[in-house]
Amino acid sequence: MTPEIRSIGILGAGRVGTALARLALAAGYEVRVATARPPHEIALLLEVMAPGAEPLSVEALIATSDIVILALPLSKYRELRPELFAGKIVIDAMNYWPPTDGTIEDFERAASSSEIVQDHLAGARLVRAFNHMGYHEIEQEARPEGDPARRALAVAGNDADARAAVSGFIDRLGYDPIDAGPLMASRNFGVGTTIFGAAFDRTEMAQLLASAHQREAA
Amino acid sequence: MEIGIYSFGDVQKDATTGELGSTAEATRNLLEAIQLADQVGLDYFGIGEHHTREMPASAATVILGAAAASTKNIKLGSAVTVLSTDDPVRVYQQFATLDALSNGRAEITAGRGSSTESFPLFGHSLNDYDALYAEKLDLLMLINESESVTWNGKFRPALNKAQVVPRPDGGSLPIWLATGGNPQSSVRAGLNGLPISYAIIGGQANRFAPLAELYRRAAAQAGVAPEKIKVSVASPGFVGEDAAKAKDFFWTHWHAVMEQLGKIRGFAPPPRFHYDKEASGDGALFAGSPEEIAERIVKLHGSLGHMRQFFQIDVGQMPHREYLRSIELFGTKVKPLVDAALGDKAKAKEANRDA
Repeated sequence: MTPEIRSIGILGAGRVGTALARLALAAGYEVRVATARPPHEIALLLEVMAPGAEPLSVEALIATSDIVILALPLSKYRELRPELFAGKIVIDAMNYWPPTDGTIEDFERAASSSEIVQDHLAGARLVRAFNHMGYHEIEQEARPEGDPARRALAVAGNDADARAAVSGFIDRLGYDPIDAGPLMASRNFGVGTTIFGAAFDRTEMAQLLASAHQREAA
Repeated sequence: MEIGIYSFGDVQKDATTGELGSTAEATRNLLEAIQLADQVGLDYFGIGEHHTREMPASAATVILGAAAASTKNIKLGSAVTVLSTDDPVRVYQQFATLDALSNGRAEITAGRGSSTESFPLFGHSLNDYDALYAEKLDLLMLINESESVTWNGKFRPALNKAQVVPRPDGGSLPIWLATGGNPQSSVRAGLNGLPISYAIIGGQANRFAPLAELYRRAAAQAGVAPEKIKVSVASPGFVGEDAAKAKDFFWTHWHAVMEQLGKIRGFAPPPRFHYDKEASGDGALFAGSPEEIAERIVKLHGSLGHMRQFFQIDVGQMPHREYLRSIELFGTKVKPLVDAALGDKAKAKEANRDA
């Protein structure tokens, strides 16, 4: 069953976090943002960068949001407390990028960083999305449904209802969600893949994901 | 408004063999570019620390020192110094020396560095990226305030009433904080009363307008004196007499550098239509005719209120002749057009925004 999504909580107030906050506000969601700092320390930042988004503590944000988005540097993932995320729909928008972020041992052996994040947040209904599009494009490229220039975003996760909920959210923001299946499939749109950083519409995206899936099965 | 140039020391191709030229020759060419920029009336030249075969400008202050002795008016700075992997004491000594030799024309721009080759080179871990930068910026600012420094931190030995010389005649050096658009960096610069330099290298340039507002409001909240609040913009650019030819020419070099970067960082180089979008209107790539580029600088000034914009022309192994010609056009054509359009209005606007 897919619950109705009203409130979006974003962990991280960097370029990705604030871009997603503005998009979600424009689409009519209640938006909250939390960082490692106390809420009052990011109040000015949000007032200017995402007017209408509410600064909250990490705990309050997770407890009261229908979807939680991880938009923090991947190196901080171990600081996330798993017990807070039990049963939550969580979007992982992060990437493992050693040339800019340094080598992180945990991710060196993994085909997809999201699978490591899911292992850490074992009770979360984790969905990987938004990671393959650049932060300044996320905002500029949103288009209404039916627009021929509307781009597609891949969605992968082990919980079908969570995938559906995230897909509904993505659609309302201005992108065509393409269901890639289980979280394992997120390795097909990670760093270094054809999809990463490139622009595709729904037909192209569905084909690319399907052929990647077939290659794996072969 | 100030107009300037910045470079990472792009290595040219050998005209006869097509092979990558020598890094030594590229270094000499870079000095020649700075001298020309001064002669054609440009306000600023910045060297961005890089450590690669294609971009070997690793020792900016040495090149700037040579430039100090052979130029008259142009301000000489880094764009950027990768402060995270350098010793703030050494950085300060070098730039203070440059300041003495250039009669007060030296500036430091401190960044975390979007290119990360210096981390393994100097034995630092990228995992300490944020902590290194915060600590070193703190020390650099302290040295700028006083000749005798007492300090302790995590990444270098403590200092006890240590003397850091020479000292700038002007009392202190301009230290700019460089950022690619992380909102927290704008807050940090504002609260610390540092001038801020935005690297706008992709997407729509005016999306930085809210960041500039955030910077100004954070500074106002911290009670920073208005004259300390300054915004500059660094972006890719190329000017040629003919707009279409200039865009075509810059595309080949910009594409080449994006391809190099993409290979290292795992993204596909952007296609031509993407470039065309960003090389027009409010885009971040300032390639075109002098008139068009002047107009776009003036338009961006309307949303950011920046006091300086400076351009990276030499990317993707650009031939030296075209590089120099473009610098000349920035000085002789673009700058006068921008001055004429903004005139005293720019100063009034900057003052207003600061108030």
